[in-house]
Amino acid sequence: MAIVYEKVENALSEIKSGMTIMVGGFGLVGAPLTLIEGLSGKDVDGLTIISNNLGEAGEGLGVLLRQRKIRKAIGSYFTSNREVGEAFQRGEIDLQLLPQGTLAEAMRAGGAGIGGFYTKTGVGTELAQGKGIREINGEPYVFEQALKADVAIIRAHKADTLGNLIYYKTARNFNPVMATAADLVIAEVDEIVAAGELSAEEVVTPHLFVDRLIVAKKILTKEGVIHRKQCTRADCEACCQ
Amino acid sequence: MSSIENNVQELIARRAASELKGPSVVNLGIGIPTLVAKYVEDELIHFHTENGLLGVTDVEEEDPNLVNAGKLPVGERVGASFFSSAESFGMIRGGHVDVAILGALQVDETGRIANWAIPGKNIIGVGGAMDLLVGAKKVIVTTSHLTRDGKSKLMKICTFPLTSTRSVDMIITELAVFSVVNEQLILTELMPGATLEQVRESTEANFLEGGFE
Repeated sequence: MAIVYEKVENALSEIKSGMTIMVGGFGLVGAPLTLIEGLSGKDVDGLTIISNNLGEAGEGLGVLLRQRKIRKAIGSYFTSNREVGEAFQRGEIDLQLLPQGTLAEAMRAGGAGIGGFYTKTGVGTELAQGKGIREINGEPYVFEQALKADVAIIRAHKADTLGNLIYYKTARNFNPVMATAADLVIAEVDEIVAAGELSAEEVVTPHLFVDRLIVAKKILTKEGVIHRKQCTRADCEACCQ
Repeated sequence: MSSIENNVQELIARRAASELKGPSVVNLGIGIPTLVAKYVEDELIHFHTENGLLGVTDVEEEDPNLVNAGKLPVGERVGASFFSSAESFGMIRGGHVDVAILGALQVDETGRIANWAIPGKNIIGVGGAMDLLVGAKKVIVTTSHLTRDGKSKLMKICTFPLTSTRSVDMIITELAVFSVVNEQLILTELMPGATLEQVRESTEANFLEGGFE
């Protein structure tokens, strides 16, 4: 069950240096941009970030990278922010690369009480080096360990006051699986509605996974990342509420 | 990108599209594969994108939260569905995607590809390529035949790290179409305007010359 927070800094109060944090999103799509901005204003460092990418240069998690708050990142595609490779070459950050499906499944396993799993993905490649191989029905599979985190910050479309979540189009991506795999789950949403307003059939993330809710103040639009109040579109009522 | 490069990509994409027969679920990679969709008219072909959508179609009104795996805006067709990344890759690894069309940096003469890393370069990303190679029932590679500096991309051995130990099923370039049977490349078709001599000169990998016209 979730508690609604008005202030971002209060929602993030438990986050401390050295923690492991899952961050939703596929690039900036479905990334919790308000909570990331909140983290950028917090005096923490040495974070391990589990996220498909580290945002883009100077956007989303790219801000935390520039601030050198991230000690290690676990993800599948860091190429979308060229500054990640540059920071890696300078020795400022550790990177652990996983195939995208393995990244998703490792979190699913972590959230479902599974210690790890065997997959064919990556067998015989550089990304399987040093990992256990087991033959199942005559085919080699590689062992991948589950992933868990201290905190997950995620993005959903709507929440009800209990913390049930629904998502919007391809902004769903890694968010539902991250909601299951962290000790503290903070969701950023476009709108919080009364319990009962979301159909029980449509709920994607049941409220038992969600601890804290906050309404998004920083959002992705066609014009880029904006603060809600700065939105100047003629049809803003539709896009911002 | 020059218009010649552009034409080459469109030629390859159109040829790849002609391989698709509905009913079928098809995943398109980044680059040339993305161009394939516009040459497909069969309503029974449903495009899957690994960031969580089955039913990708042309963009109608651009929505920043409705994108494909290349983060380009797309549309959703009638009967589309959205799902999480974990479910999406379950579909891929679980063998529920019929065809994956992927780009490649290199292809070796057994049909294995390298498309995720270049030694010494700051490309630190693999995305869904390894999952698609182990999970899709059929894999078609679309690539230019030569690198920008004129070297064959179809090599005896890949010098870049392999994406999978699985051989792809078909390779389509602007010069030729190869099938891969028992880890052996077989030239099955010359592309419009290409000659056998040209293909022989431009291909480092050994290949069999199949019975084509």
